[in-house]
Amino acid sequence: MKARYLIPLAIFIGLLVLLGVGLKLNPREVPSPFIGKPAPAFTLPELHRPEVSFSQKEMLGKVWMLNVWASWCEACREEHETLVAFSKTGVVPLLGLNYKDERKDGLGWLNQFGNPYQRSLFDHEGLVGIDYGVYGVPETFIIDKQGVIRYKQIGIITPELLRDKIVPLLRELEASA
Amino acid sequence: MPNLIRILFISAALFSQAAHAAEALPASDDPALERRVTAIAEELRCLVCQNQTIAESHAPLAIDLKNQIRDQVKGGASEAEVKDYMVKRYGDFVLYRPPLKGITLLLWFGPFTLLLAGFAFLFIYLRQRRKTQQEEAPLDDEQRARARQILDSGAKPE
Repeated sequence: MKARYLIPLAIFIGLLVLLGVGLKLNPREVPSPFIGKPAPAFTLPELHRPEVSFSQKEMLGKVWMLNVWASWCEACREEHETLVAFSKTGVVPLLGLNYKDERKDGLGWLNQFGNPYQRSLFDHEGLVGIDYGVYGVPETFIIDKQGVIRYKQIGIITPELLRDKIVPLLRELEASA
Repeated sequence: MPNLIRILFISAALFSQAAHAAEALPASDDPALERRVTAIAEELRCLVCQNQTIAESHAPLAIDLKNQIRDQVKGGASEAEVKDYMVKRYGDFVLYRPPLKGITLLLWFGPFTLLLAGFAFLFIYLRQRRKTQQEEAPLDDEQRARARQILDSGAKPE
């Protein structure tokens, strides 16, 4: 009979656990529908050389990272140092997508804080951003040799994330055919 | 004096509404097109400020997406096609009415299941209570006499 009094307590603890888990989830992390799908096709001018255009097809056969950033994005400033350090390791090519920015602002930013990108693409209208489902810069995509998106990071890349998740994944993708 | 304050409050509220309406100027001259665009945009979640629809939000991305919807509707796309375009990019999360599928079963039917469970609990509880009430044996003569005695003595306080 005593167990009866434990029922409300059990329900309460159950609720507590449910709410606790709910608090830990990040509502900004929307599951991306892009994982395992081919990277959307695009052609964009380069940031440094407006007359040179780039298409994602040029990267076929390589594992590469596409980092979406903007000079107005404060969080991008935060992850920038990590990206500069990462680019020096030369694990895979890192390309930048300057998103909804002004050309002079984007260039100024790279001059001031260093340029980690092998190539920088200029998406002034943010249309390529829409095709890639970008909704909160910075975002980073990992694309494999077949041109398939394998990973998407929403928000900043930290050294820990690089070490624990991204670099192992890149090596695994590099090793596969 | 309180009346004056009330009037001030009401006029402030009206004014802010008017200001809000002025912000959301339609971007094309065709009211029928704008109505369709808004109807679709009201069904889609803005990913930057997640508790607003694309129609309500003034975030740059929401404005871009509204323009996308307008272009597509102008090009003859149906509402389903526009939604499909958004889901391909942002997942089911953009839809304010999530589709019915395996992963959303709990979302759709969880509340009804809880309601049914509540009713089942209530039903069982009530039936059990009635049963225990019926099962209580009526008093025998001796108990009745004792109860009478207690009641009588209690009725005459000293």
